[in-house]
Amino acid sequence: MTHRRGGTGKTPLVPPRALSLVLGLVAALMLAGCGRDSGNDTSGSAGDLSGRVSADGSSTVGPYVTAAAEKFRGVQSGVQVTVGISGTGGGFERFCRGETDLSDASRQIEDDERAACEQKGVDFVELQVANDGIANVVNTENDWATCLTVEQLSKIWMPGSKVSSWRDVDASFPDEKLTLAGPGTDSGTFDFFTAAINGEEGASRSDYNASENDNVTVQAVSGDKGGLGYFGLSYAEQNESKLKTLEVDDGDGCVAPNSDTVQSGAYKPLSRPLFVYVKMEALARPEVKAFLEFMLDNETEIAGSALFVPLTSEQLQKARDVLDQA
Amino acid sequence: VSSAELSAPALRASRRRYGEDVIKGMLALCAFVSVATTVGIVVALLLPALDFFREISVVDFLTGKDWSPLFEPAHFGVLPLVAGTLVVTLWACLVALPLGLGAAIYLSEYARPRVRSVLKPALEVLAGIPTVVFGFFALTFVTPLLRDLGVEVEIFNALAAGLVMGVLLIPIVASLSEDAMVAVPRELRDGAYALGSTRLQVSTRVVVPAAISGVTASFVLAISRAVGETMIVLIACGQRPNLTFDARQGMETMTAFIGATGAGDVPTGSIEYKTIFAVGLTLFVLTLVMNLFAIRLVRRFRQAYE
Repeated sequence: MTHRRGGTGKTPLVPPRALSLVLGLVAALMLAGCGRDSGNDTSGSAGDLSGRVSADGSSTVGPYVTAAAEKFRGVQSGVQVTVGISGTGGGFERFCRGETDLSDASRQIEDDERAACEQKGVDFVELQVANDGIANVVNTENDWATCLTVEQLSKIWMPGSKVSSWRDVDASFPDEKLTLAGPGTDSGTFDFFTAAINGEEGASRSDYNASENDNVTVQAVSGDKGGLGYFGLSYAEQNESKLKTLEVDDGDGCVAPNSDTVQSGAYKPLSRPLFVYVKMEALARPEVKAFLEFMLDNETEIAGSALFVPLTSEQLQKARDVLDQA
Repeated sequence: VSSAELSAPALRASRRRYGEDVIKGMLALCAFVSVATTVGIVVALLLPALDFFREISVVDFLTGKDWSPLFEPAHFGVLPLVAGTLVVTLWACLVALPLGLGAAIYLSEYARPRVRSVLKPALEVLAGIPTVVFGFFALTFVTPLLRDLGVEVEIFNALAAGLVMGVLLIPIVASLSEDAMVAVPRELRDGAYALGSTRLQVSTRVVVPAAISGVTASFVLAISRAVGETMIVLIACGQRPNLTFDARQGMETMTAFIGATGAGDVPTGSIEYKTIFAVGLTLFVLTLVMNLFAIRLVRRFRQAYE
């Protein structure tokens, strides 16, 4: 059950946000032993770098950086990467105080955050590391819905919504009972979806089957003819045979979610780029630079294991250029 | 005056046996650990729960019909969770109490010793099956079966979870009730038979009433277990707070909420975190009240044969 995103989720009753750093460290340490034997294809198993790379920020990007850190330990076991999940805003606060080397962000840095960084003399560069897309899925027996507008999705999912039949969504749909499933409030997917569809992060009706385990959502939607749910696009693609993925219309016609439309941003409003911001001062340290280069070199694989859509070759080249010129 | 009493002084140790004292102390410690644990649990539950009730009024909590503590805006009405627990427990009892009692009567009054020696252990094996297995059994077997039978259940539903939980509880009811029935003095049965009673009359009018305190105890234990069972409902009943008594729908029970939220990322000390304890306390009070009620019931109907 490794399909959840946006949470550490390995321990019950996870301690406060501040301690999530420690958790990331522990996770990295635990995985230290596992990755070693895979490193014999490169220079050796141990690596010659040492030191610490600290990252904090978005709970959506967190799993991506954690996945990168796990793999990185296979080649550079002397480097410890700690990954916190204080949220994009919380991550930038710490980043601009100079506390972290990397800031994980599910959106671009805002002007006031940029100003805060400047004030403290924190110079940084922005790297796009992956693309994120959310798929709306229905039962394979659902032969009436192929595309929903953003208004329809919002009508279904907004706080206090009483929509309980597909007919309430669109008059042309049958009077089939609508059963909803989706991620719980811990998930970065939940934050993104609610912000994009309902206009406010965390604003959602609550009477749906909420689970941090995406597989539960798959079960719920594939088990009920009138089921509707959402999760990361990669997971929908992995379960293609069990579910039908809906197109979304943001006013410019229906767009199907797939790697191309998510990478280009044409699949609106449920796709977005994911970023890692790097402190210039930290980039001068060989272990930080090596980690980021490793991350970009293995971008496709890491994005896959964290259930994101990888970068296009142009996006990847751009990120490489940013890193080289910095 | 028996000879044992006369020789009693000779049994007294001539000197203090320290080994004996150590063993006695260790045994006392064993007994004390369970008491101390219970006290510890109550305190650990009570403190964060009281903290919770400083922010959310008890009345809103107990009468609210909307449960969404992790959402914006948050609502803290526990009734949907209580409904979930009650519906699942009701269906579990509908299965477990009659079947368990029937099995107990059969084992105690009808079954030949050889049949009994096979049947009773077989029944108890049922109690040893991990509940997570029961949960997936409910989700992947019972729910589709119910649909094939024409019951229009949602994929996650209280009915399948309740029925399967009932099966889990059968051995508890059967085993404890049977123990109570076997303990009924033989003379009572013989007396009834001498008056011309049939086996059924002996079972239902003599043995069961005589064993009523043990039977009730088994029922109470089964109900408490049903109220507290987590894994089956987490897997098969869903995580949708739903104030209804329609068991065909998906519901969230108190234990499922605690289980799912406790395993999530809620920050310690937040109001979301404290809801876990408030719900836990509600669960605790519910089972406590039930147990007290059952003890009174047993005292009232108990027939002592000495």
